[in-house]
Amino acid sequence: MPQSAEAGRRGPDVRSDCWVRVTPKRSGGRKISVKSKVESMYGEAIRAQAEEGLEVLGVAHATVDVEDAGALPFVLMARLETAARRAYGLEVAEPWLPEAIPASRRPGEKERFRRSRLYLPGNEPKFALNAGLHGADGIILDLEDSVAPAEKDAARILVRNALRTLDFGAAERMVRINQLPLGFDDLDAVIPENVHLVLIPKCESPQHVEDVDAKIRRIKGEGGRRVYLMPIIESALGVLCAFEIATASVNVVALTIGLEDYTADIGTQRTEEGLESRWARSMVVNAARAAGIAPIDSVYSDVANEDGLRRSVVEAKQLGFEGKGCIHPGQIRVIHEAFAPSEEEIDKATRIVTAFEDADAKGLAVVALGSKMIDPPVVRRAHRTVDHALRAGLLAKDWREAQ
Amino acid sequence: MSGRGSAQRLERNAAGRQVPVRVNGEPAIPFAGVGKHKPSGRRAAPPLATAADHPADGNKLVPTLKAALKKVGLKNGMTVTTHHHFRNGDLVANRLFDAAAELGVKNLRWAPSASFPCHAPIIRHLDAGVVHHIEGSMNGPLGDYTSEGKMRGMAVLRSHGGRYQAIQDGELHVDVAVIAAPTADPFGNANGLHGPSACGGLGFAVADAEYADRVVVVTDNLVPFPCVPWQINGNRVDAVVEMEKIGDPSQIVSGTTQITRSPDRLLIAELTAKFIAASGILKNGFSFQAGAGGTALAFAIYLKEMMKERGIRARFIRGGSTKYLVEMLEEGLTDYILDGQTFDLAGVRSMGENPRHVNTTPFTSYNYHGKGMFATMVDAVVLGATEVDVAFNANVVTHSDGRLLHGIGGWQNCLFSGCTILAVPSFRDRIPVVVDEVTTLCGPSELIDVIVTERGIAINPRRKDLRRAVRGSGLPVRPIEEIREEVDRLVGGSPAKARTGRKVVAAIKWVDGTVIDCVRQVL
Repeated sequence: MPQSAEAGRRGPDVRSDCWVRVTPKRSGGRKISVKSKVESMYGEAIRAQAEEGLEVLGVAHATVDVEDAGALPFVLMARLETAARRAYGLEVAEPWLPEAIPASRRPGEKERFRRSRLYLPGNEPKFALNAGLHGADGIILDLEDSVAPAEKDAARILVRNALRTLDFGAAERMVRINQLPLGFDDLDAVIPENVHLVLIPKCESPQHVEDVDAKIRRIKGEGGRRVYLMPIIESALGVLCAFEIATASVNVVALTIGLEDYTADIGTQRTEEGLESRWARSMVVNAARAAGIAPIDSVYSDVANEDGLRRSVVEAKQLGFEGKGCIHPGQIRVIHEAFAPSEEEIDKATRIVTAFEDADAKGLAVVALGSKMIDPPVVRRAHRTVDHALRAGLLAKDWREAQ
Repeated sequence: MSGRGSAQRLERNAAGRQVPVRVNGEPAIPFAGVGKHKPSGRRAAPPLATAADHPADGNKLVPTLKAALKKVGLKNGMTVTTHHHFRNGDLVANRLFDAAAELGVKNLRWAPSASFPCHAPIIRHLDAGVVHHIEGSMNGPLGDYTSEGKMRGMAVLRSHGGRYQAIQDGELHVDVAVIAAPTADPFGNANGLHGPSACGGLGFAVADAEYADRVVVVTDNLVPFPCVPWQINGNRVDAVVEMEKIGDPSQIVSGTTQITRSPDRLLIAELTAKFIAASGILKNGFSFQAGAGGTALAFAIYLKEMMKERGIRARFIRGGSTKYLVEMLEEGLTDYILDGQTFDLAGVRSMGENPRHVNTTPFTSYNYHGKGMFATMVDAVVLGATEVDVAFNANVVTHSDGRLLHGIGGWQNCLFSGCTILAVPSFRDRIPVVVDEVTTLCGPSELIDVIVTERGIAINPRRKDLRRAVRGSGLPVRPIEEIREEVDRLVGGSPAKARTGRKVVAAIKWVDGTVIDCVRQVL
């Protein structure tokens, strides 16, 4: 006889989540009891939904207790499914999927802004609900470090449901999986839900990337949409293999670094000045640029320190990074502002691009601005600056006419 | 007072709501539309008095509150009032009804300018019949008590301006006003600026002092005559009582007012500030009002940054004041703060020392039955709500389950501003805030111009000017139905309707004394 099992959270501080206990029985049908903060408004809806879920999950005889603190339906579904899977194990064959909203099918893009990526703890529903509203370039549903080892299964189901139900707006849909081999189970759960990009933690060799890539191909089948990869370098060995990792698959579009683990690995501590990681960060920038992909910096973890964050982004930009991780929506705007080209930079870049286009139209091989000759790399950088300014809305689309 | 237990006759008012035509035995006028009900007659007035009956040395001290109540002739069925400047730190109202109970008085009508969870002990006096019913606001335990139909009479909820109007018009006759005063002299001059229970102004007690038959001042900071400035004029006071402690300072004003850290609320605040800028309201000499709620405070901070960037100075800001408004005054971003209540220590200090931080009253700001009111001259106001519907009606007093949750406060009065913005999350936990139809109507759609949620900004179709003004601004302006549908999908459909019985437990007054809606007993 399967054992009673529970999932989710309860208690006075819990919000937008619920706790579910499934106690298997031999007979007697389903008995569902619900205690909810929104009882008078959604009590019946919760009971009906639990009934439906037990049917889908093939649970005929069980006592189910729900304690609800305003969980949205997709959260309730995840908690009930988790509790049922914990109770019945492999006997539960089918997942219980919420309806996928049209916005969840939006395709990913290879070339896009990856200035900010917002980490969301995968087993905490309340932060995810409105995460798409804050303008982050990417949203990471995290299955790794923010999830306790005993809750990995719960987070996987919750993240899967969130990917189907929540509108992440224009943000790139990202998931950070666990280290392999646990990460393979994560991929099974989330890859069918139109994940745009997978972050591979503690990446130390091109083999990690190849394994993840192959697993995704198996899940997707040939001809499926591409899933992009962002390996996270978090060790001394990873830094030394950065270029091989960056070039391990055509799907790798960005390379990033995790400084907490890296500094521990080299036997030191992370400081505000970051002297200890300067070389590693530069290595990552160098490897990414050599591979033709985007170098992305680590997170800045002091949420309350806006000035510190700004300084850190300015430094990252100077080192050559194009993006930064964030752990609070309040950090997004600061990051975008600090990465944005200044008015002077934009002005200079538009003049160079105009000069280049004029020269090109006249069939001239040499680009000149006034009496100064402009080298090709300067022209390339100017193009990148103009592109950034256009995408960040700092430059009007018809800027050429305004010149 | 009659009307107890008898079947309530209801009539459909101009907003389409069924409302009682008698409230606690007195006739009540159904809401007729904004500005439609015209009052007639003259203002109420207290009985004449003579200095011959009052001590020449100005000493009106009475040893205890009980003795004062006896002196002013508190009797069965009378109406007694208190103010809420001490918010959740008020110690006087509970003492007042303890004393009334000791005197054996029954069936009192309590008409506070607002009640708070600290007034839960009054439930005992409601049970015992010392208090018959409450006209003011009901939240926390008193809200539940009322919602569950346990109160003998029908509760009446009024806005701050509506309370002034009701007292002035004689609709709410006050027999005895008990005014807790942070500083007072033996003559009865009083203010809220000094003393251990300092709260800033005493504006909510002005109608009481002016119109009540009898006035008792209670203080824990007695000073020799004269107590200046006299926000409450001793010439209207019958008795002064000195008490050891009238308030809990930690609950009256906060040392620091906290801004929300919720990213969603910050987003709402930022969108609201951007809307004010994009709509052209933000210009030199403009005015606005924002409360002390987390979102409203954050809004003021975003707005302040925009004002600094653009070199814009406001003519006046309406408070509830906080240190953030005080900073704007002190940095020259506004000429004046016109303050209705003071929420933190910085506000209290500023009102005490800065002549440009002006104490206002519900009479000047909010009284609809006057020759104009300040509320209509405010360019933009940012308010909250418990529910808003797709027709732009709003609720501020009940939860979606039908339970009384908040008082109206100045909310209804503020709706008369040039641009009324409700800054609300589109749902809380699982409960939608943007709904098909509000559970209780407190604010009619014609006065509500903009709803700002984290999911976008909805502009009332009546305000074509605002729609035009923000076109091309890049702000996420959306039809309100679209926001409602998105929320509906997220929360899994509309909530079940509140389960309520037939019994009307509370009447919701409009600013002109008419009944805009009522609240039924929850089952």
